Amino acid sequence: MTLDLIFFLILSLIAVATALGMLLSRNAIYSALFLVLNFVTVAVFYLLLGAPFIAMAQVTVYAGAIMVLFLFVIMLLGAESLPTAEVLPWQKPLAGALAVALAVEATVVFLTRARPAGDVLPPEESANMIDSLREMGMMLFDQYLLPFEVTSILLLVAMVGAIVLVRKEKRVH
Amino acid sequence: MVPLNYYIVLSAILFTLGVVGVLIRRNALIIFMSVELMLNAANLAFVAFSSVIKSFTGQIFVFFVIAVAAAEVAVGLALIVEIFKTKRSIDVDQMSSLKG
Repeated sequence: MTLDLIFFLILSLIAVATALGMLLSRNAIYSALFLVLNFVTVAVFYLLLGAPFIAMAQVTVYAGAIMVLFLFVIMLLGAESLPTAEVLPWQKPLAGALAVALAVEATVVFLTRARPAGDVLPPEESANMIDSLREMGMMLFDQYLLPFEVTSILLLVAMVGAIVLVRKEKRVH
Repeated sequence: MVPLNYYIVLSAILFTLGVVGVLIRRNALIIFMSVELMLNAANLAFVAFSSVIKSFTGQIFVFFVIAVAAAEVAVGLALIVEIFKTKRSIDVDQMSSLKG
């Protein structure tokens, strides 16, 4: 068992445990913090896979911006926990059975159909990492320039939409 | 040296946990967080494939997914705040009427 594999197993244990913690904690604040930990763990996976730019984007955008927005809204609404009144008693067993079916099916389909079944090599040296960043930037602003610009418009539209939704209506007499 | 299959199985497990969250929780915010978890699991599979075939296309797709997720969260949380203002609750069981 190599060092990489041990590292992977420990990290995946943390990722699954934090995802479970997010699901099961009664308090929404705890859920959000578990999810932050999960996102950081996945960012470490990205570093292991040799994707430093995506790892940093994950930490700043997901673990930073998005989860802070979530925490703001949870605290703004004061909606940490709901009164526990089970309306549908069969909901949880059914959800568990369906989830097990989905997990088995997804694993089988991926493992039998995913073509490049190879090994993930350890990340390259830091000099090569900078080269890969440069190459990715060239690709983003050359081959994928139009989607990049469309993304900026999408973010602008989302911002306008959020402001319009929560704005106070002014009555015009 | 980690086999690609391990990453795929981990991605499937994380995605399934997100699905379970959507199915069993009634707090709209936690359902939303579970959707983020599912997006994240798909991103992990994308980066793992991209790393094995030595192409940046998968990473660039993940970059766009992150941008779209940010936009989605901004609008979705605004909607949840608006629902809370009218219903005084974010329990999804209470959102059962078509007219506010």
